[in-house]
This record gives sequence, C-alpha cells and structure tokens, in this order.
Amino acid sequence: MTAPLTPTATASALALGDDALVLSHRLGEWAGHAPVLEEEVALANIALDLLGQARVLLSLAGDEDELAYLREERAFRNLQLVEQPNGDFAHTIARQLYFSTYQTLLYGQLASTDSTFAPLAAKAVKEVAYHQDHAEQWTLRLGDGTAESHERMERGIDALWRFTGEMFQPVEGLDGTDGSQGIDWQALHESWTASVTAVIEKATLTVPSGPQEGAWAAGAGRQGLHTESFGRMLAEMQHLHRSHPGASW
Amino acid sequence: MATAAEHQTARSAPDQAAADAARTAAQQSAFDAAVAADERIEPRDWMPDAYRASLVRQIAQHAHSEIIGMQPEANWITRAPSLRRKAILMAKVQDEAGHGLYLYSAAETLGTSRDELLDKLHSGRQKYSSIFNYPTLTWADVGAIGWLVDGAAITNQVPLCRCSYGPYARAMVRVCKEESFHQRQGYESLLALSRGTEAQHAMAQDAVDRWWWPSLMMFGPPDDESSHSEQSMTWKIKRHSNDELRQRFVDICVPQAESLGLTLPDPDLVWNEERGQHDFGAIDWTEFWAVLKGNGPCNEQRITQRKSAHDEGAWVREAAAAFAAKHGEAKA
Repeated sequence: MTAPLTPTATASALALGDDALVLSHRLGEWAGHAPVLEEEVALANIALDLLGQARVLLSLAGDEDELAYLREERAFRNLQLVEQPNGDFAHTIARQLYFSTYQTLLYGQLASTDSTFAPLAAKAVKEVAYHQDHAEQWTLRLGDGTAESHERMERGIDALWRFTGEMFQPVEGLDGTDGSQGIDWQALHESWTASVTAVIEKATLTVPSGPQEGAWAAGAGRQGLHTESFGRMLAEMQHLHRSHPGASW
Repeated sequence: MATAAEHQTARSAPDQAAADAARTAAQQSAFDAAVAADERIEPRDWMPDAYRASLVRQIAQHAHSEIIGMQPEANWITRAPSLRRKAILMAKVQDEAGHGLYLYSAAETLGTSRDELLDKLHSGRQKYSSIFNYPTLTWADVGAIGWLVDGAAITNQVPLCRCSYGPYARAMVRVCKEESFHQRQGYESLLALSRGTEAQHAMAQDAVDRWWWPSLMMFGPPDDESSHSEQSMTWKIKRHSNDELRQRFVDICVPQAESLGLTLPDPDLVWNEERGQHDFGAIDWTEFWAVLKGNGPCNEQRITQRKSAHDEGAWVREAAAAFAAKHGEAKA
C-alpha cells in the first residue's frame, strides 16, 4: 500500500481527477451521435483514456466511486471548461483543443518533477499527446474547410475562451508549497498561448480577444463553483448509483 | 454490299457468345471447386453475381447491426453505476464502431461503398438485426445484452470465421475475439447483480425475462421459412441452419442461467434425454416479423437517431473533404 496522500496532494488529485472524469463523461455523450464512424472510435477512445486517468487520480484521493457518485456539485473541483456541454462538433473540438493542450503541458511538467503524480503523468502524456493531435487536426480541418465549418469553429473557440483563464491558476498541491517541485504556471500559460495561437492561426481563424476570466464565473470551478449545466450532468451520472445505496456493481 | 470487315463481325458474334459462355462455365466450375475444397474466395476472384449480391446483403446487414447496436448500450454510458462498468461499456461501444468499420471494409471489397450502404440503411432498403429495436430500460439490460445478445451473435459468428469469402471470414476472426470478451463481461455484470441486493437481483431477472425471446429470434426464421439459408449453405457462407444454431445457443444458456441464479422465461424449457438437447417453447414469430418490418418498439427511434447523427455530421465531413482538396491530401 502506498502512503496516504497529504491534504494538499489529495486536493490536487481531486482537481486533476475531476477534470478527467467530467470531460470523459461529456465525450461519452457523443457515443452513437458522431459525424462519422471513425469519430465514434476516436471520441470514445479519448473518453476512455480520460476515464482511466480519473480512476487512478480519484483512487489516490479515496474511493473512486464514492468520489464520483456521492459528492454533490459544490464538492467537485474540475475546471468549468470541461463541464461545458458538447454543443456541435466544433464546440467539442474547441474544448478538446484548449484542454488537451493544457493537459499535455501540465502533465509534461509534472512528469519531470518529484511529485506524487510524476509516474501517472509520465503515462498520461502519451495519451494526451494523441488527444492534442486529434484536436489540432480537426481544428485545422474545420477552420480551413468550408465557410460553414470555419464559422462554426470560430464560434466554438470564441465561446469557450472565457473558461481558459482558470487553467493557469495554481492548483493546491501542485504549487510547490509542500516542498516538492511546483508547476511553473506562468510558463504553462505562455506555452499554452503560443501553442493554441499557432493552431488557431494555421486554421485561418482569429485568436479570441475577449477576457480569459469572467467577473464571477471563470476561475471558480476549482473552488466548487460550477456552471448551471453541471448539476444536470451529475444528476444523470449519479442517479442509478444513488438509487441503490451501498450496492456493488 | 458488305465489306470484308462486316462479314468478319457477323461471323464472329456467335463465336464470341459461345466463347463467353464457355469462359463463364469454366469460371463457375472453378468457383464451385474452390468452395467444395474449402478454399477462400478473394476479392479479385470470379464469383457468381448472386454470391456477390448475397454477401453484400449479409455483410452490410451485419455492419449496420454493429452501428445501430451501439445505441441501446450507449443509452447507459452516462448512467453506468460505477466507473469500472462505465469504462467497460465505453470500450464495448467503441469496439462496436470498430466492428462496423471492419465490416464496411469487407463489404467494400465486393465493389460497393460505405456511403452507398449507409444510404441504404437510412432509407430502409437494408436491414439490421431485429434485436436492436428493443429498448434498454434498466442498467441490467446492458448485462443481459452482453450475455444473451452477444452470446447469440457469437454462436452465429464463430462458424462465419470459416465462411467461404476470405475478407468476411477474416473480419469475423477479429470480431469474435472482441465479442467473446464482451459476452464474458456481460455475464459477469449480471452475476454481480444477481448476487447483489434484492433490488439488483430483481433488475437482473427482469432484464433476462425481456431479452431471452428476442435473443432467440436473432437466429432468424425457422429453417422452413428462411429464404436465403439453403443457398448460403451451398456457398459455404453459412455453415449451420438457423434452427441448429438456435438449439446450440439454448443448450449453452441453460446451465449458464443456473450458475447466474436466474431463470429463463420459458415454462416449456426442459432437457430432452432422448435428443440430448433442450426442448423449448414456441417463438412468437408474429412479433419477429412485426419488428423486422419496422414495427418494433424502437425501430423508428434507432433510424431517426442514426440519420440525425449522419445529417448533423454532414458539414464536418464536407469540411474534411474541402480541407483535403485544398491541401492536396488523398481522398479518404
């Protein structure tokens, strides 16, 4: 058995685990609805990778099912970005582009630290590199495809832009305060902006110019303040588990 | 006055017809000999038009069943009761999309295209398995589908691994490996329910009660009413009759139901010592034909969702094609 995590490490396991859990759930909603069979496979594949990451991270913090199914909305620590509804395919791809770029950079840094999460991050970077490539390739195809796809892709990246600032606020437990090597959030933000800007521009789209943080909403997911659709998502996700207290499946 | 060349043409036409007929006869006998010797027919080989058409029909229907079959199970992905079960279910639905892809590719070796086949599915000119017109009403249905529906599919498909058409047989080898895995997971999920709380046990029993008869219908009409069977068996596309496979499935399921601690909803189900097989009750063929003709509980819903995914995805496919054209990529 591994030693129990420190409270701050638990907090970061929850934050990263909830990101992966919630985005995986959203991608799972695509099953049977994707624009082409190859995307049924790809979206489910990404969802499964994320669910796998979530299970490892939540298990570090406690019992994976208790944490996933018995916490209420205010106790979830995921970014507001990942809980955003799927929208159309471009909206989903914009969310994937923003998040997978963040995850690649964050896990890349984590993998090279002495953090508890280094081994997990080292495995996950291989998966997220694939997710990021998938999102980039589709951003290019939609942005530089037809007039309609161009417009939809631009709408997607614009609509989700205000949820991106939250990704660069230090996560408790990954900030180096416990004596381990912390994440360089400033560098993360700069690399993310450079990477995402390059893709968006190559896709003949315009990088959104609006604020990356809202007056009240964005930036609050990590504190358990979520957007409206999230409660509904949890209601669906948790309903069956909660209907049979104590049952095993 | 006719020219020499015209004389030449006039004389050679019947000769040409005779030569064509001789060649066709030779091709037919080579084909028959290959099938008789259990050799594989490959895409470039000559094959009778009816053999080709029959395979296109069967492989397309099989591919369509994989992708329509994603729907009843995907219905529970967002509600799966544990993260482990959710991962298993997602992986399974992903595998089904993959099976659809293999099978459309196998069909394409016969000179059709995925787009053409999807169009036939969407317009109702080609069918998919009647089983997927039943609704998944509880979580236990996911387990029952794994155990019974995948179990029936495997019973049907294992002999297809030796089917005379090479690309189909090879696709089946891959499909069957994954299907057996799904079937074991379904069984294991039902077992957990059956041994769980009283409510879980009841949920499992209810699901088996609802899925048992539709699963038996998956083997198709009885032998004396099966229009394609005899020809398919001659061509070694099929290796066993519908009724033979159905009987085999019943005999496999009875002991499995016992170890699950669940009953099968058939009062006439009894071991027949003399035959060494189980006797079982009469199938409601009226229901079978109604479902097949589009009047099952979910026919409308399944096709509507399939079409809407396709139609709503049109702009995405167009974007990919436009991008490929602009950037000189080979068309996929």
